[in-house]
Amino acid sequence: MTEILLEMRNITKVYPNGVVANRDVNFALAEGEIHAVAGENGAGKSTLMKILFGMEEPGTGEIYLRGSKVRFGSPQDAIGAGIGMVHQHFMLVPSFTVAENMILGMEPRKGVAVDYAEAARITREYAEKYNLHVDPLQKVENLTVGMKQKVEILKALVRGAKILILDEPTAVLTPQETAELFEELKLLKQDGHTIVFISHKLKEVKAICDRITIMRAGRTEGVFPIGEVSEQDITRLMVGRDVVLKYEKDPGPFGKPVLRVRDLSLAGPQSKLLLHGIQLSVREGEILGVAGVEGNGQSQLVEAVMGRFPEAAGAIEIDGADISGLDIESIRGRGVAYIPEDRMRQGSAGEASILDNVISTRYKRKEWNAGPLLNRKKMWKLTESMIEAFKVKTSGPAQQIGMLSGGNMQKVVVARESFSEPRLLISEQPTRGVDVGAAQLIHRKLLELRKEGCAILLVSADLNEILELSDSLVVMYEGEIVAYFDKPSELSEQELGLYMLGMKRQDAEQIGRANHV
Amino acid sequence: MDKFFEIIFTTDFAFSIFRVTTPILFAALGALISNRAGIVNIGLEGIMLTSALTGVLISAYTGSALAGLLGAMLGGMLISAILALFTLELKTDIILGGIAINAFASGGTVFLLYVLTGEKGTSSTLASKMLPDLHIPLIERVPYLGPIVSGQHVLTYLSILAALGVYFLLNRTPLGLRIRAVGENPKAAQSVGIRVKQIQYIALVLSGLFASLGGAFMSMGYLSLFTRDMTAGRGWIALAAESMGRGTAVGTTLTSFLFGFAQALANALQLLKIPSELISTVPYITTVLGLVIYSYRQARKLRKGR
Repeated sequence: MTEILLEMRNITKVYPNGVVANRDVNFALAEGEIHAVAGENGAGKSTLMKILFGMEEPGTGEIYLRGSKVRFGSPQDAIGAGIGMVHQHFMLVPSFTVAENMILGMEPRKGVAVDYAEAARITREYAEKYNLHVDPLQKVENLTVGMKQKVEILKALVRGAKILILDEPTAVLTPQETAELFEELKLLKQDGHTIVFISHKLKEVKAICDRITIMRAGRTEGVFPIGEVSEQDITRLMVGRDVVLKYEKDPGPFGKPVLRVRDLSLAGPQSKLLLHGIQLSVREGEILGVAGVEGNGQSQLVEAVMGRFPEAAGAIEIDGADISGLDIESIRGRGVAYIPEDRMRQGSAGEASILDNVISTRYKRKEWNAGPLLNRKKMWKLTESMIEAFKVKTSGPAQQIGMLSGGNMQKVVVARESFSEPRLLISEQPTRGVDVGAAQLIHRKLLELRKEGCAILLVSADLNEILELSDSLVVMYEGEIVAYFDKPSELSEQELGLYMLGMKRQDAEQIGRANHV
Repeated sequence: MDKFFEIIFTTDFAFSIFRVTTPILFAALGALISNRAGIVNIGLEGIMLTSALTGVLISAYTGSALAGLLGAMLGGMLISAILALFTLELKTDIILGGIAINAFASGGTVFLLYVLTGEKGTSSTLASKMLPDLHIPLIERVPYLGPIVSGQHVLTYLSILAALGVYFLLNRTPLGLRIRAVGENPKAAQSVGIRVKQIQYIALVLSGLFASLGGAFMSMGYLSLFTRDMTAGRGWIALAAESMGRGTAVGTTLTSFLFGFAQALANALQLLKIPSELISTVPYITTVLGLVIYSYRQARKLRKGR
């Protein structure tokens, strides 16, 4: 192996909110390689790369560049040391031309003015040299995503980057653009550049990388030359479970379907399909799990059910009635409750009290009013009973919800949604980032609702949770359902992983079982 | 009606448009620079007012109009530097900071005037100096053009140069490129090593500089003394001009002239037998109409875009 160019040793990073993003992580980069960093969302890949690029300070640990210790206090330090990063969300000024974006902050001058001709020339020179064809005079806002990415790579190169970090570069690309990107990366490698390729798409990693570092739950699970690990090995290391939860639950029988989704499709920007022909049903007393690596259409599915995409094709029915075109209030009016993925932004209003958050889904209904006013007393009682039932640690209903810890905040959200005796509960990542105690409490509540005949759609990235709670399970990959299982508890996570990463799919008939008549 | 056209179609009226536009244009250029850096400088009105008084006081005590002008400029930059300190460093809301500056300027100028002269309304007891008018040789003698273009106040000429200068600054210089980048996508600017806060400081101070020139013109050109609240909303009209001018130097300049025209019209119509209260609403009605037309066209463009 060639010499070690860069090394990160024993990196630990704890965020102020207590989340341990990196735990004793080691990462080494050999000169001239393409090195994959793979792991699920939340595994700590992004944090590690942010530390490398000077955007985050590590709690403990050191970085060595060519054997000597370095400290990157800001991205400028990292850029100065020859490191460039292509962010997932592009750092471009939309109204500027490609050339203007290229030279921003290091403008060539003619007298006191910017030498735009020189800027265009530099852009052309680099575009030519690295075979990244862009038009210097085009405005960035008119470019396709693939072109913008090229501009980002060129931006890093023109600033002298020898090490390039690409954060999920293919997530936004079409297959053709991805193929093109890979050719460009190979060219960069030949030219002596070292590339860090963050991804959870194993086929791509296999196709282009020399080595792979696998991360899970903030730790390094292993570093391998790419030829020495199979995709199965990588899957196992990426998704393996740690803690085993066990719950008692009686099997079925399930009632009639409450939610039915027929042929749901949704086109995203550049007419890439975010959802493609989704068919499923959730019956009374059934928990249907939706598994998948994040970003494969699960969020869009949930948002479509909640009425966020009136333009989606297909039909969504609740208790046999079409709900397309209804707003979220009317949908909730049909007995739908919703625990959103992002409790801070969608699930709660941080500056409002617990009580106000609790009544936000109820206040319009007569039973909570006293004449033209709100029935404060009744609401107070309801909130108190929720706090008690969920053991929320708080000073009382009037406390600002934003002052609670993440777990307690989530308890309030779950309480609000489950206390209304819903027909259908859409539950998205219900226990993400909460402690084990709160997670168990939330799980028990979901099972309780199930027993009462509520239909539950459970979207979760936590395999443990999904395998343990679900009565049946669909797996989503690139906007499609690729598998349906009616006995998830008998499924191994390795097997599930193969479907999640797109390496296996069932035939249409098997998948069709997700739709119960 | 005939009388109306008699007033409009004169070289005097055309001359007065330039004169009346001057403070609006200066302030609008100030609004433009800070807006492009992503900061709405609500404090323009207060900065103008403070500079108007500073110019009068310093010219009266030094006996030099130039010293007065320089004092006004320094005063304007100082106030906007304070505003920058509050908003960029201490994280005050820019709107609140701007309102504070305006309220402070409105009361503070009168207070200072009273302490120094014992007067609360005007600085008429002070022998303050005026900046001169300039007569351009040759052009002066061209019929029609001469009486309009020549003999204007020195700051009026400077305001035209300033408009050209701001155009050049924003579109041609590295600083302008960085100001626009910071205003449009601060993260992108930061990611290539631009110090966002530093750029915003510079933009705000430049904004104050331009507003101060508008203020100096008010008390050392438009009038020859300071009167309380003499800027009379020009700082706000400037903000409207910037927004209607779509944040470009050319658009902002043209819209400033539109508002200047309305103001000049209001002044001229006072010769007719129309109630002066009604006439003095003309510039403000123009502002409202302008913004309505602008937003209507924007909305239509958006609909077409779909």
